[in-house]
Parts: sequence; structure tokens; C-alpha cells
Amino acid sequence: MAADVRAPGGSTKRQVTLQDPWLVRWGLILAAVGVVGVLVLVPVINVFYEALARGAGTYIQNLLSDPDTRHAILLTLTVAPVAVVLNVIFGVAAAWAIARYQFPGRTILITLIDLPFSVSPIVAGLMFVLLFGLQGYFGPWLRAHHLQIIFATPGLILATAFVTCPFVARELIPVLEAVGTEEEIGALSLGANGWQIFWRVTVPNIKWGLLYGVILCNARAMGEFGAVYVVSGHIAGKTDTMPLRVEKLFQEYNLPASFALASLLTSLALVTLLVKVGLERKMQGDAATARQNTSKASA
Amino acid sequence: MSTLNHRILPGFRLSLSYTLTYLTILVLMPLAACFAKASTLTWGTFWGTVWSERALAAYMLTFGASFAAAVVDVALGLLIAWVLVRYEFPLKQLFDSIIDLPLALPTAVAGLVYSSLYVQKGWFGQFLVPMGIEGAYSRLAIVLVLTFIGLPLMVRTMQPVLATFDDETEEAAMCLGASRLKTFLYVILPTLYPAIVTGFALAFARALGEYGSVVFVSGNMPYRTEIAPVLIVARLEEFAYGEATAVAVVLLVSSFSMLVSINLLERWSKRYGS
Repeated sequence: MAADVRAPGGSTKRQVTLQDPWLVRWGLILAAVGVVGVLVLVPVINVFYEALARGAGTYIQNLLSDPDTRHAILLTLTVAPVAVVLNVIFGVAAAWAIARYQFPGRTILITLIDLPFSVSPIVAGLMFVLLFGLQGYFGPWLRAHHLQIIFATPGLILATAFVTCPFVARELIPVLEAVGTEEEIGALSLGANGWQIFWRVTVPNIKWGLLYGVILCNARAMGEFGAVYVVSGHIAGKTDTMPLRVEKLFQEYNLPASFALASLLTSLALVTLLVKVGLERKMQGDAATARQNTSKASA
Repeated sequence: MSTLNHRILPGFRLSLSYTLTYLTILVLMPLAACFAKASTLTWGTFWGTVWSERALAAYMLTFGASFAAAVVDVALGLLIAWVLVRYEFPLKQLFDSIIDLPLALPTAVAGLVYSSLYVQKGWFGQFLVPMGIEGAYSRLAIVLVLTFIGLPLMVRTMQPVLATFDDETEEAAMCLGASRLKTFLYVILPTLYPAIVTGFALAFARALGEYGSVVFVSGNMPYRTEIAPVLIVARLEEFAYGEATAVAVVLLVSSFSMLVSINLLERWSKRYGS
């Protein structure tokens, strides 16, 4: 086997003959680190530097003393979880249908789920304005019933749900396919009903993959800008989410406050990455144990 | 295959009907509304809006900047993926996880910080602006921020392909007398072509629709630094819904064709890989 020839301790330790010269190696490493430093790392440091440039006191004041900023934080904390819950229910249902059954139009359905990724967020927002706005197709009906979707929280939720719709389903389909159906069919043969199978067999098997999808979906939901920008109408203290508030403060040349709020969003991104790395390790570990178990069973 | 169990497991109807209902309300109906609205325009109005000078300038900029950013991403992504797969160095795990940051960072934050880094008083701007390089409120700024957005897509597409490349092929090339550079150019690089094309298409498609970051850094001047999504917003703010929809349909059609070609490419590279 090829693995035996390799030096122990990871696939990146290569045979001496295939190792690039020292100069090439470190030259390329430095170039790559430089690129990521300039494009990614320095911007992140800059966010916190600009936010804290006038001291921690001003930073906290920037975040908490402005009622519109406070409202924006609360609004994001309302809109994003609702959108995530909607997409989790959808994602589980869609992944179950796609990974567990063969049916005509299955490939089309997969493409359809991916569709929101390729629609520009601005166009997504526009589509909801065309449907539910005052001059939209449902506009007159909504007004007659005193319902408001556009320029209000429901519109924000719809736009956010549209943009983040593929995340959970996309994560779960491969996980469900990899887990396989043996345990579920086993449970079925022992007399479990559908919901029992789902909660006691399927959910424990896919929990890390599900959490992974939730984390990514949530990060995108909290940070969504374009789609929300169109449907919100930018009413300060009413429909401004955190990213929209960042833009408004930027337009008002209130850069310290803008960066203070941006630093919160950046922290969210960093936490997301941290959890993501942890989950990736967990899932790899699970996959490794599963492989061991199957090889034991076959031996 | 696990899916060929002839629907023994319960829940097919429930899950499929829920999925279809949700997709219809959230995705299909809005899309239909967009095309329905566009079809109410007369051919002349539609064509006049879509083919106006300002719109053409916006498409040119959107496609040009996205293309340029995706090309830069190919080069940088190849470098980073290569280093990640082939070499060991301190803090590599950290380096590896930072690559994904552009996917997790809200685009508005990216725009905000890029605009402040490259202005004259910014960390990079103080060196670049005296040299005549305007990295903020210019077309270059758009390309820069789109490069940032697309970078992880490129790296993550190439990384697994590079990782599966086996030593034996390289050894064979070496035994036949090829130099390292020759081996890279004629043996390793050709196996990466499908991944490069897929990654390019992903980064390009993502850049085409990007709004949040660009609106901060571009300055949004009609004819000069106005991208197509910004034009749609400008039309919307004038309550010219028809015109906004016409431009949106152009963007939709181009991103759908990107989606279809990405799917075809993935199918092609799967066949190519096996």
C-alpha cells in the first residue's frame, strides 16, 4: 500500500525526493501567508482597532447609548433566529426527501434548492417588493387587511429566509446519505413509527451536520445586507438591522460608531469559524469511528 | 445505493410536500412575480432600459470586475491551496481556518473595512495612494473586495483535488527526467483544470450578485463605478419598479446560466476525475 511507504505522521510529510527545495517551500509559504494577511487578517484587526481607537468607554457608549443602534441589534437577534428556524425545518424535510427516496424530478429539486445562492441579494429583495409591496401583486389585498410585509419585520424575515434557504439542506443531504438507512430500517422493523425513527435514530446521527448547517445559516442571516436593504425601507429604529445600521452610520460619517457595530458582527464571524472548526473535527472523528466499526464488522 | 429502498421508510409524502410548498412560496412565487412584472413592460421599454448607456456601463463593470476578481482568485487560490496541502509550517491550522472568514464575515463589514484601509489615511492607503494606486472609491476597489469574497470558494474547490494527487505520478515524471517545474506545469496543473474552472465559476457567480461590500467601496458613480445591483437600487428608489425589474431579469438570466454551467462543469469534472 502506498501509505506504508510514506513517512509516518500525516500525509503532508512527503518523501525526500518529492520535497520542494527549502527556498521554494518557504518562499511559497510566505507568499500565501502574506496574501491571506493582507486580504483577510489585517482587515479583521483593523475593524477592532478602529472600533477601540477612542477607548473602551467610547466603544461601549457607541454601542449602547444610541437607541437606533440598540434597536438594530435587537432586530437582528429577532429576524435571524426566525429565518434560521424556518430553514432548519425546511432543510430537514428537503434532505429527508432527497437523501432517502428516488423520485422523478429529484435532480431538478436539488437545483431548485441551490437557486437562491445564485440570485443576487438585491434581486431577491426586489422580488419580494414586487409581490408584497404597495404596488405589488398582493399589495392591495394586504392593505385591505391592514397587513404590512414590506418595510416591516415580516419582509426582513422573508428576504433573509430566501437568501439563507439552501444552507441547512445542502449540509444535511450528504450527511444523511453517508449515514445510510440500515439503522432506520432496523428501527422500523422493530415497530417504531415515523416520528420515533426521526427523533431517536435520525436526529442523533445527523446532529453535528445539522448544527454545522445552522451555524453557517445563522452567520449569513445575521450578516445579510442586500436583500434586507431593499425590503427594509431603512426606517431607523424600526427596520434597520445591524448591517444596515453599519451602513447608515457610515453614510453619516460616524465612523467610530459604525466600526463599533461592525466589530460585533466580526466577533460573530470569528465565533462562527471557531464553532465550525470544532464541528468539522467532531464530524471527522465520527466518520473515522464509523469506518472503524464497519471494518471491524467486515473482519 | 441507500436511496434505492423503494420508499420503505415513512415520511415521503410529508417531507416532499412540505419542501415543495416552502420552495413555492419562498422561491418560485417571487421569481414568477419578477418575470411577470418584466413581461408587463412593452418590448420597447424593456429594451430601452436594458440596453441604455448607463445599464450597459453597469453590466460591463459588473462582469469585468467579477471576471478580474475571479482570475486573481485562481492565482491566489492555487498558491494557498498548494501551500496548505503540500507543506508543514507553524500555525497552519489557524491559517487554514482563517481562509473561510470571507464566507462568515458580513459583507457590509468587509466593505466598511476595505474602504477605510485603502483611503489616503488608511493603513494601506498611506503607501498606495502616493504611488497613484486608488484602492478605494475606484474600479480597483471593486475588484479588491470581490477578490476577498471569492477567495475561500477557490481555495476550498482546489484543496481536495490537490490532496488526492498521488506521489507515484510525480515520481514517474521525475524518473523520466522532468524537472520540478516541468512536473508541475505538465503533470500536476492539467489534473487541476476542472477544479480551477469550477472554482472560477463559483467565484465569478458570487461576485456577479455581490452588493453589500461593493456599495461601501465603489462610490457608486453612474457610468464609472456603478455596478448592476446598485443600478437596480437606484431605480427602485425612484419608484421605477418596471425599469428595476428589467435590469433584474438580465442579472437573473445571467446567474441562472452560470448555475447551469457550474452543474455541468461539476458533472464533467467528476467524470474527468474518475
